[in-house]
Amino acid sequence: MKMMKYTLRDIASGVSSHAVLLLASTCCIFPFLWMFASSLKTQRTIFKSMSLWPGVFNWDNYIVAWTRGGFGVYFLNSVFYTAAVVAGILVVSVPAAYAFSRLKFKGRGALYVAFLAAMMIPIPGAFVALYVLLAKLNLVNTRLGYILPQITIGLPLAIYLLKTFFDEMSQEIEDSAIVDGCSPLGVLCHVALPLAKPAIGVVAIFSALAVWNEYILAMIILQDSAKMPLQRGLMIFQGAHFTEYPLLMAGITLTVIPILVMYMLMQRYVIEGVAASAVKG
Amino acid sequence: MSRYIQAIRRIRPGYPFVIPAVVMLGLFYVYPFFKVFQLGFYEWDGISATMQFAGLDQFRDILFQNPSWWRSMWHAAYITILALVFQNGLALVLAILVDRGIRFGQIYRVIFFLPPILSGIVVGLIWNWIFNGNYGLFNHWLNVIGLGHLTRSWLADPKTALTCVAAIHMWKGFGWGFVIMLVGLQNIPRSLYEAARVDGANFWDIFRNITVPLMLPVFVLTMILTVLGTMQIYDIIAATTGGGPGYHTEVPVSRIIARMLYSSQFGYACAMGIVFGAILVMLSMAQARISKMIKNM
Repeated sequence: MKMMKYTLRDIASGVSSHAVLLLASTCCIFPFLWMFASSLKTQRTIFKSMSLWPGVFNWDNYIVAWTRGGFGVYFLNSVFYTAAVVAGILVVSVPAAYAFSRLKFKGRGALYVAFLAAMMIPIPGAFVALYVLLAKLNLVNTRLGYILPQITIGLPLAIYLLKTFFDEMSQEIEDSAIVDGCSPLGVLCHVALPLAKPAIGVVAIFSALAVWNEYILAMIILQDSAKMPLQRGLMIFQGAHFTEYPLLMAGITLTVIPILVMYMLMQRYVIEGVAASAVKG
Repeated sequence: MSRYIQAIRRIRPGYPFVIPAVVMLGLFYVYPFFKVFQLGFYEWDGISATMQFAGLDQFRDILFQNPSWWRSMWHAAYITILALVFQNGLALVLAILVDRGIRFGQIYRVIFFLPPILSGIVVGLIWNWIFNGNYGLFNHWLNVIGLGHLTRSWLADPKTALTCVAAIHMWKGFGWGFVIMLVGLQNIPRSLYEAARVDGANFWDIFRNITVPLMLPVFVLTMILTVLGTMQIYDIIAATTGGGPGYHTEVPVSRIIARMLYSSQFGYACAMGIVFGAILVMLSMAQARISKMIKNM
């Protein structure tokens, strides 16, 4: 009798829990469906049909957005910036994190604290001074001027995550490699690096998301539309063709798809990385 | 053996490994950091060779003679308060539901984290279209359910623009709060719940006496990060209202950018950044202090 009562109550609470969670999920997913449906409508049907089903699938929108809308250029720029910044962050942060974790040198603690502080202190006006610096270096409106600051912005979190990982990793294999006469660089490349793949994956995904989604620096640093990434391109397109919603939505869909694909493939890393970096930090 | 390894470590220090990172941090982070403080004390248009020393004048102007700056601060604070209450409240409720070992918990987690991985620009542009005054989906639905008299241009109406921007921001952010809260909840040992249930405690007893006290550090962390993130909101506003209608959705970051790009007042923009940064640091410290007080109570 008692058992029965509990199961009934469990079922009721289970159903209501799922109802709440499903409602929240619908709210999350619906705007994406609306975006995708809008991207397939024509300039005429979009203002009349409020259906999630476009009726006629006007795939041409994607071709027009890619060519005439300029999203092809923006897209390739975004891919280039993301690849360059992620590669830069990994090349610079992996040896640094390894040194902070394993090697001994004067000022190690102080330097590491400097990176942690850079991660925590908010400086909302920094982009003004960054622009001044880039102007001095003749890097305004250049690809390099957009890449280098973003590598730097990504370094502190990357070094923190990688150092934490190296700290928890056993040293025994590395030690035997040292005894065998391997140099620190050799140990890093042949022993530590292969073991650190999961942490490197987290850093790469995080950095890639941040670069792909970056807007303020792109707005301040880049004036030449041939060099602009997608986020900036979307705003430019919206400013110039503000009633052409199907093309804009096609452009947004092009912007979202790589993120969605990456997320679907690596969602465990993404979510656990967020949780770990927030809760530990 | 281990002494031999230690000796080798000491002979081969790690400088070559850290120098690239240190140089980059110095050039693109530390230098701008101090440059902001220097420029805050000068009147400078960003181009001319000479800078006019202004002392504390610009700070005085920001603090006492710039009502539009404080209005922008209030707008960000309004969005932040809504986010603290509703975004984090929803995040906690959903996290508690999933934490009870519900089926498909993983799938919900994946779905809720979709909006946070998108850019503010993308999210803003999609919602801009949904909230559109003439052809927007939102107005269409209001008409369908018989609330046609409420339809308006949601993001262009001074009465609703700021709250709509806040709603979009919270839509983007609650999944992030959910993930952090869920990790916190899952770190609570199940044995505590079981022991309480054996003693006859109901859901509210358990929530008040076990969940809340043990989650306090996570709550504080979530609050601090929510404040820091929301006060610096910009992308969503750029993609929806652009600060308008009028100045009704201007926020501190958009004011700083406007001073820099449109009025060429680089020094003043830096002074604004310093004031804003100081306020953010003080807010974070106050929250940490308050949480300590609650803990000791």
